[in-house]
Amino acid sequence: MTLGLINANPVVHAKKERVARTEDPHGDDAVDPLDIYDFVRDIRDPEHPYSLEQLSVLSEESITVDEKLGRILITFTPTIQHCSMATVIGLCLRVKLKHCFPPHYKVDIKVSPGSHANEESVNKQLNDKERVAAALENPNLRQLVDECLYSSEL
Amino acid sequence: MEFYEGACELKLLQTLEGHTDRVWSLAWNPATGTADTPLVFASCSGDKTVRIWEQNPSPSSSSSSSSSSSYSSWNCKAVLEDTHTRTVRSCCWSPSGKSLAVASFDATTSIWENVGGDFECVSTLEGHENEVKSVSWNASGSLLATCGRDKSVWIWEVQPGNEYECVSVLQGHTQDVKMVMWHPTLDVLFSCSYDNTVKVWADDDDDWQCVQTLGEPNNGHSSTVWALSFNKTGDKMVTCSDDLTLKIWEMDGTSMQSADGYASWRHLCTITGYHDRTIFSVHWSSEGIIASGAADDAIRFFVEDKDGLVDGPSYKLLLKEEKAHGMDINSVQWSPGEKRLLASASDDGTVKIWELASLCTGNGY
Repeated sequence: MTLGLINANPVVHAKKERVARTEDPHGDDAVDPLDIYDFVRDIRDPEHPYSLEQLSVLSEESITVDEKLGRILITFTPTIQHCSMATVIGLCLRVKLKHCFPPHYKVDIKVSPGSHANEESVNKQLNDKERVAAALENPNLRQLVDECLYSSEL
Repeated sequence: MEFYEGACELKLLQTLEGHTDRVWSLAWNPATGTADTPLVFASCSGDKTVRIWEQNPSPSSSSSSSSSSSYSSWNCKAVLEDTHTRTVRSCCWSPSGKSLAVASFDATTSIWENVGGDFECVSTLEGHENEVKSVSWNASGSLLATCGRDKSVWIWEVQPGNEYECVSVLQGHTQDVKMVMWHPTLDVLFSCSYDNTVKVWADDDDDWQCVQTLGEPNNGHSSTVWALSFNKTGDKMVTCSDDLTLKIWEMDGTSMQSADGYASWRHLCTITGYHDRTIFSVHWSSEGIIASGAADDAIRFFVEDKDGLVDGPSYKLLLKEEKAHGMDINSVQWSPGEKRLLASASDDGTVKIWELASLCTGNGY
């Protein structure tokens, strides 16, 4: 574990105003990208006491849903090009979203194009189901993920 | 049975519940499925257990119409628990069917034996630095191979008294090794990896080496290779990948008599355009039907296209079973024995038993 923060001076943005939305008119199987965004916007960054939304790691445009195919794509932007927390953020997203939509939906998580020096290898690791499962069985990683998820509930 | 699209259907015989987490893989006991011995298979799960399933013996009274033994139900005979502390990822029976080797994310491999109806853990193999992902016995049952995220492949020699001695630790893959499998007849080991390659390992007087790497320069895969399977005679192999293709390889017969004593493998054809999510599992049946299990919840069957117009062999889709499970399919395995049975394991926590049946002849239904 490195002692110094990887990105000591992140740019922090104000939280976007939350719009109260009316009851979803779609059927049970419909997945609204904004619903998904609501679940993940407050996840705390692994390194800084700010949410992924505040650090512009996630925005409303981060989530795309293809209802016909049953696919969800989440694209996030690490704060710096050599962010080594990218895989942790990916794990946080997967855990947080695990029960948020019908089980047949497939979720892909990627860093936004050009946002990371090792974009291809990070994306490969984020989407290797076996690697994700093994990582979540690692108590240290699991604890870090839980801290990022639960502090958002304060 | 006719091997053309539309000639057959996949019948779901039973859905087996019991595991409390995703089922990663399954393995049929090769010594079962005979007249005296009902079929048995083992399933491995994220719930840290292995379950042993057995088919009930077919009724002794003869039935003139339906092939009743296909429809005998399955029961869970044993749960192998309290041994592994993390996900059990895969397992493999010894050729005699007497032992079961189990690979776990807890970095150990356990060996179990059926002692008077109860399964007992008789040995634990340690050595891998982290998650063990696959285990395979060679054709004679004298050697065991394991592989894992530490990028290494280990070869163990089986010795009397449930002793297992590590005879080689093979480095070469540059990433996580997903699966190992011995050739069906030769003592040649194959491994496939997150580094997108398949490696072939052979020994020269107990000195094990990588004798071939099948990568992109050889028309190999462009992403993680998840599994491989041999045809019945062992002269062809199929690999499946995150790159959404299946690739068929054949042993180059002309170099079988080379000084090194092993034959090299070359790409024969690529089956592309049929899968749109990662293919996790592939299994070649003794009749030549290739089954694939993928992350789009579907099972697909391919056979050689004898009427193909291209030069050289090509393969065609025989059948696609969409929504075979409610979630990703992690493993598909043909059963031993005469019936065309297939078992599939899924993230949905279930194992399903299927029969590939011909539509042309009346099967009594």
